[in-house]
Amino acid sequence: MNTKVKHTVKLTPKFLDVNGKRVAEAVAGDSFLTMLYRKFNMDYPKFFKMDVLCKVGFIASEILLNEEGGERFVPRADRAVILFNRNSSLNADRTFQRTIANTEEFYPSPSVFVYTLPNIVTGEIAIRNKYHGESSFILLPEKSQEAMNQAIDRAFMDGETTSVLTGWVEAVSETEYEAELELRIMNVSSPNIFKT
Amino acid sequence: MIVKKIGESIISPLGFTVEENFQSVMNGRSELRRYESLWNLPFPCFVSLIPDEILEAELARELSANVVASFRTKFEKIALLSAVKSVKQSGIDPKSERVIFILSSTKGNVELLADENLDLERVTPAHTAQRMANFFGNPNMPITVSNACISGLCAQIEAYRCLMSGQYDAAVVIGADVLSPFIVAGFQSLKALSDEQCRPFSANRRGLNLGEAAAAVVYTVADDSADGWRMLAGAVRNDANHISGPSRTGEGSYRALCSVLNDSGLTANDLACLNVHGTSTMYNDEMESIAINRAGLNAVPVNAMKGYYGHTLGAAGILETLLTMRALEDGKVPATRGFDELGVTQPVLVTSEPIDTQKRAFVKLLSGFGGCNAAASFNGYGL
Repeated sequence: MNTKVKHTVKLTPKFLDVNGKRVAEAVAGDSFLTMLYRKFNMDYPKFFKMDVLCKVGFIASEILLNEEGGERFVPRADRAVILFNRNSSLNADRTFQRTIANTEEFYPSPSVFVYTLPNIVTGEIAIRNKYHGESSFILLPEKSQEAMNQAIDRAFMDGETTSVLTGWVEAVSETEYEAELELRIMNVSSPNIFKT
Repeated sequence: MIVKKIGESIISPLGFTVEENFQSVMNGRSELRRYESLWNLPFPCFVSLIPDEILEAELARELSANVVASFRTKFEKIALLSAVKSVKQSGIDPKSERVIFILSSTKGNVELLADENLDLERVTPAHTAQRMANFFGNPNMPITVSNACISGLCAQIEAYRCLMSGQYDAAVVIGADVLSPFIVAGFQSLKALSDEQCRPFSANRRGLNLGEAAAAVVYTVADDSADGWRMLAGAVRNDANHISGPSRTGEGSYRALCSVLNDSGLTANDLACLNVHGTSTMYNDEMESIAINRAGLNAVPVNAMKGYYGHTLGAAGILETLLTMRALEDGKVPATRGFDELGVTQPVLVTSEPIDTQKRAFVKLLSGFGGCNAAASFNGYGL
């Protein structure tokens, strides 16, 4: 599949890189994610309800899409959201497990349980941006650019998909996370060979 | 080139082969039961469980004792058992670099989080997928699709693409989930569970039932003249509306249905049935009735399998596809167990009894949290 990468974002607890350039660094004591939310003027209060996996995916996708420019929040179905990690929704899973660990303190919360699915982050990005296209979360036994590239190429086999917001989003705790996102765009000069 | 089914299996409370499961469904059987305090949970629930002793006996017949010991959780056991049976039936060489393993699961080994000696590495289904690929000696990195309740269709769509792109010659697609206090308490906290038999599309429906199952299907490429079950097309679409509530307009399901009908060249008239999600929650069934009507499929018989098995999560998309195929081979669309009086706003032809059909094409529909929806179309040639 003839595609090209248009814009990249790398986000860790220590720094934010956009298109390979350092844009922000964490300051001890502050939540880096909340700092970035304010720095980039993201007016989306739902952010504060999200679990850490969603926050990381949301922040990285917002910065990536601002970089792309153009009008946002227009309903479209030609953009897929395909994200990857190894540990699924482990942090939310452990949080929910603590609420049901014993019968004396049994208080399962729907607002925690709903985040115990990795594809909630792909859903949050689709909702934020009004993307009606394909959304999918794929788990790999380890981070493999080759396996991700193959899955991204396959996503373009959907006749409606012309671009994919994609990459690795892992968050195993509030302080251990990594997002490496990119926009993958189909080269206009090459027809979609899978389209029939 | 087409994508064709060459192997299958179902591991469920209704049997350990597709045939046993099919006969149970046609006889109206279910193992859905009410439990007053399953695993000491402080509420009653209505679920379908695979009995451990029957599972262990089946494992002993199919696998060596040291394999059974190393795949020690129920999730690992039923996933591997379904994979082994389907691979055996398909006749493929699972060691080939032209074969890919694809797993569908929502929560995998999540019950391990309650273990005192927690092995965190083992919790993710990606770990189970790798161990299964290793078991078969397969050299490729396995893919695990985890898209909530639509995972079983997403995994088949991924397989379809792996084959149609020419990258692989065969794909082993395994869907599995087991129940645990984690999952049951979670769905209960969402007020999504009914403590009585679920009633898909019925006026008096009160929520879903959960169930355990694994199901596997092996697909391969074949030439255009091949007989058998073909996967024709698949699509995944998002409501872009809400993370845990279905769209009021059935947006994602409608779009997925339209895409699949368009890509496979099928019209409403070609379809023997539409096998839907039909969870028996107020919102899901209503949403599906809207999507079905918007897609112009209101004259197509609709059936749902949740009344036999409960919602089997990551297995549902594969289990329900395989049972629909098997029933159509006999010219039957199964009854929707639990359905009585239609209780959605849009007209939907829900099957209350098995019906006869000459047609062999059908569409499978699913929707899930995260606003995701999936549809896929299948057709049986020469059957």
